[in-house]
Amino acid sequence: MRLRVFHETAYTYETPANSAIQTLRLTPRGHDGQFIVNWRIDIDHDCRLASTTDPFGNTVHAFTVDGPLDKLIITAEGEIETQDMTGVLRGQVERFPATVFLRETALTASDTAIRDMANDVATRSADRLDLLHLLMGEIAGRMHFDTARTDSGTSAIEAFSIGKGVCQDFAHVLIASARHLGIPARYVGGYLFREDGISKQEAGHAWAEALVDGLGWVGFDPANNLSPTDGYIRVAAGLDYLGAAPIRGTRYGGGGESLSVRVSVTEADQPNR
Amino acid sequence: MPGAFDEMTLPDGSSRPGYEFLDSWLKATPPDLLALRRAEAELLFRRIGITFAVYGNTDAEERIIPFDIIPRILTKPEWTRLSRGLEQRVRALNAFLTDIYSEGEILKAGIVPPDLIYRNPYYRPEMAGLKLPYNSYIQIAGIDVVRVDADDFYVLEDNARTSSGVSYMLENREVMMRIFPDLFAEHRVAPVENYPEELLATLKSVAPPTAPEDPTVALLTPGPYNSAYYEHSFLADKLGIELVEGRDLLIRDNAVWMRTTEGPKRIDVLYRRLDDDFLDPLTFRPDSALGVPGLMNAYRAGNITLANAVGTGVADDKAVYSYMPDIVRFYFGEEPVLKNVPTWRCREADSLAYVLEHLHELVVKEVAGSGGYGMLIGPAADKKTRAAFAEKIKADPDNFIAQPTLALSTSPTFVDSGIAPRHVDLRPFVLSGADKIRIVPGGLTRVALKEGSLVVNSSQGGGTKDTWVLDQ
Repeated sequence: MRLRVFHETAYTYETPANSAIQTLRLTPRGHDGQFIVNWRIDIDHDCRLASTTDPFGNTVHAFTVDGPLDKLIITAEGEIETQDMTGVLRGQVERFPATVFLRETALTASDTAIRDMANDVATRSADRLDLLHLLMGEIAGRMHFDTARTDSGTSAIEAFSIGKGVCQDFAHVLIASARHLGIPARYVGGYLFREDGISKQEAGHAWAEALVDGLGWVGFDPANNLSPTDGYIRVAAGLDYLGAAPIRGTRYGGGGESLSVRVSVTEADQPNR
Repeated sequence: MPGAFDEMTLPDGSSRPGYEFLDSWLKATPPDLLALRRAEAELLFRRIGITFAVYGNTDAEERIIPFDIIPRILTKPEWTRLSRGLEQRVRALNAFLTDIYSEGEILKAGIVPPDLIYRNPYYRPEMAGLKLPYNSYIQIAGIDVVRVDADDFYVLEDNARTSSGVSYMLENREVMMRIFPDLFAEHRVAPVENYPEELLATLKSVAPPTAPEDPTVALLTPGPYNSAYYEHSFLADKLGIELVEGRDLLIRDNAVWMRTTEGPKRIDVLYRRLDDDFLDPLTFRPDSALGVPGLMNAYRAGNITLANAVGTGVADDKAVYSYMPDIVRFYFGEEPVLKNVPTWRCREADSLAYVLEHLHELVVKEVAGSGGYGMLIGPAADKKTRAAFAEKIKADPDNFIAQPTLALSTSPTFVDSGIAPRHVDLRPFVLSGADKIRIVPGGLTRVALKEGSLVVNSSQGGGTKDTWVLDQ
C-alpha cells in the first residue's frame, strides 16, 4: 500500500515565547515492508535542523528557534510504501542486546494487578507468540479506549487500574506485562491508516513490539487487538513513550501555550477524504 | 570492636612509623589545651560557614560536621602503594565504562553478567555508542578505602557519580594549619591545597577536541536546597569558574551557552553535580526543572564534556563492585593492588541463602545505596530489626549485597572521655584527565565518633579528620 502522511504540530503562545528547543523523532526509517518514498520535516521558522541517530536507531532532529514566537508549527509529511509482514519486523539493525528491553521504566513498571493478569494469561499457553497474542487480547478486552482519562505522563500501572486510556497506555500495559514475564518488549510510535475511512486523526498511533524466538521482533497493537499490517507506519521505538515521543521540547518565556495536532494518513493515489 | 588495628599504637604500646612525634606530643599535651584547640577549630568552621544538611532531619537543617583535631597519618610508602592502587582502580573503571557502552567485551566474555549491566537502573542506554573524548568517563572519583592491618587497603565503595567531601579535605587542612602550626613544623606534610588547580587542569584536559585552547568550564549545581551546595559554591570559587543552575544555561544549535551580563558565553566543560535523571528533561525525567533542556543533544553532538559522564553510576553499583578484581584483570591482565571486600550477591540463590543464615555477622547494603542509608549492620542490630530486614531482602534480592563486618582500623580521636581509638575510613579523590591521573596526597578521613561504631557517614553521626601524608 502506498500511504501519504501529513502530521502537523502547532504550538500557539498567547504571550510570545523568547525561544524554543525541540527534539523530534518524526522520521520513519526503511525496513522490510516499509519503504520511504519521500519524507520531509518543515519548521515554520528559520532554524538549523540537526539530524542524528539515537542509540535505539531512531532518526532524531533537534533545533532551537529564537523568538519572539507567537506560534511554532512543525510539519512532517511524506509517502511510504508498505507491505503486510504480519507484524514481523525484518531488515532492521538491532543495536542493543535484547535484555535492554527488559528494563523497567517509570511508565512501564508493573504492579500486582498487571503481574497477576500477565501470570494468569501465561498459564494458558507455553508458546511465546501465542502467549503474546493472548496477552494482547486480554488487555484489549480489559481496557477501554478513552481519550479523556490519561495523558502522556500516565504510567501502565495507572492506566491499567482505571482500565482506560489511549493507544499509548494500551502499549505500556502490554510492555509491562511482557517484561514481567521475561519477554523483551518495546514501545513503537508511528501512524495508522484507518480501514474505516477516517483519515483525519488527532494523534499518531502507538503499539508494542515483543521479541519472539525464531521470528525476531513482532508488533502487537493492543488498542486494536491486532498485529501491524500494511496500514502501519513505524517511526520510532524506545523503552517507553518517552524514548519514542514524536516531539519533546520546551520554550523559554512566554505563556498561554496551546497545542493542536493534525494527522492524516491516506492512500497516496487517493484524494484526501 | 576490640582488637582492631590501631594506626598509631602497636599492641606493645610503641608508636607506628610516622606517628612517633604525634604520639608523644599527645601524651604530653593536657586535655584542656586540646579542648581549647577544638573550640578554636569549631569557631573557625562556623566562621567559614561550612555546613551540611541531613536528609530527613528537619530539626537541624544545617549543622557543622563534627571535626576531630587529631590528624590521621599515612607514611610515604603507604601512600605510594595506595595511590598506585587507586590509579589502577580508576583506569579500570574507565575501561569498563568505555567497554559496556560500546562493544561490551567483558559481558561477552562472561566475566560480568550482561543482565547486571543492561538492566541496571544506572546503565543509560542513551550513552550507548557514544564515543567520549579520550574514553574519559570518570574524571572525579572518590574511592572509599579502609584498612584492617598494616599491609592492605580494601576498597569499600567506588563513588563514580558525583562524589562529595573534597571541600572538607581542604577546609580541614586550612583549619589545622591555623590551630597547630607547631605540629606542621615537626612534620613534612604533603600539601593538598593544590587540589582546585589539579581539578581545573583535569577538567580542561577533557574538553571536546573542538574546544578553544583554553576551554570554559562551569559548575552545574542543583541549587541551594542540595545538601552539598556549600561544596559546589566553594569549589566554583576556588576554581575561579561560574557556578550555574540549569536555568542559567541554554542550548542553541547543539551547543551549551551560559547567560552572563555580557551576553551568552559558550561552555566547553560542565562539572556537573546534578544527577543523570535531572540533567535534561528532553531526554530523562520530563518533570526536571533543574536540568538543561537539550543538554544531551549537545553532549551527543560532541560539543560539551560532562564531568562525570552520564551513566557512570553503573560502575559504582555495589553488585558490580564485587566484580572489580575480575574487571582489573580483564582489561590489564594484572592483579589488583587494592583488595575488594568479599561480597555476597543476593541475586545469586546460594549467596542469598548464606546471607539470610548469617545476617547477625554481615553488613547488608542496597546495591545502589549511598550515604549509609538503607543498610543493615548485622552484629549491631537486634533480632527484630534483622528479621524485618530479611523480609526486605527476600522481597527484592537483586537489590542487596552483603559483606563481612570488617574490623576497620582505628585512629586516636579526641572524644569526651579523652583520647580514644575510633574507626576510620578514607576517601581519596582521584582526578582522571586526558593527560594523566592526579591524586592529591590524602583525602577525607571519616571517623565514627561513637565508641565501637563502624558507620562513618556524616549523615549517621560520623566526623572528619585531617589526613596527613608524610613526604618522607
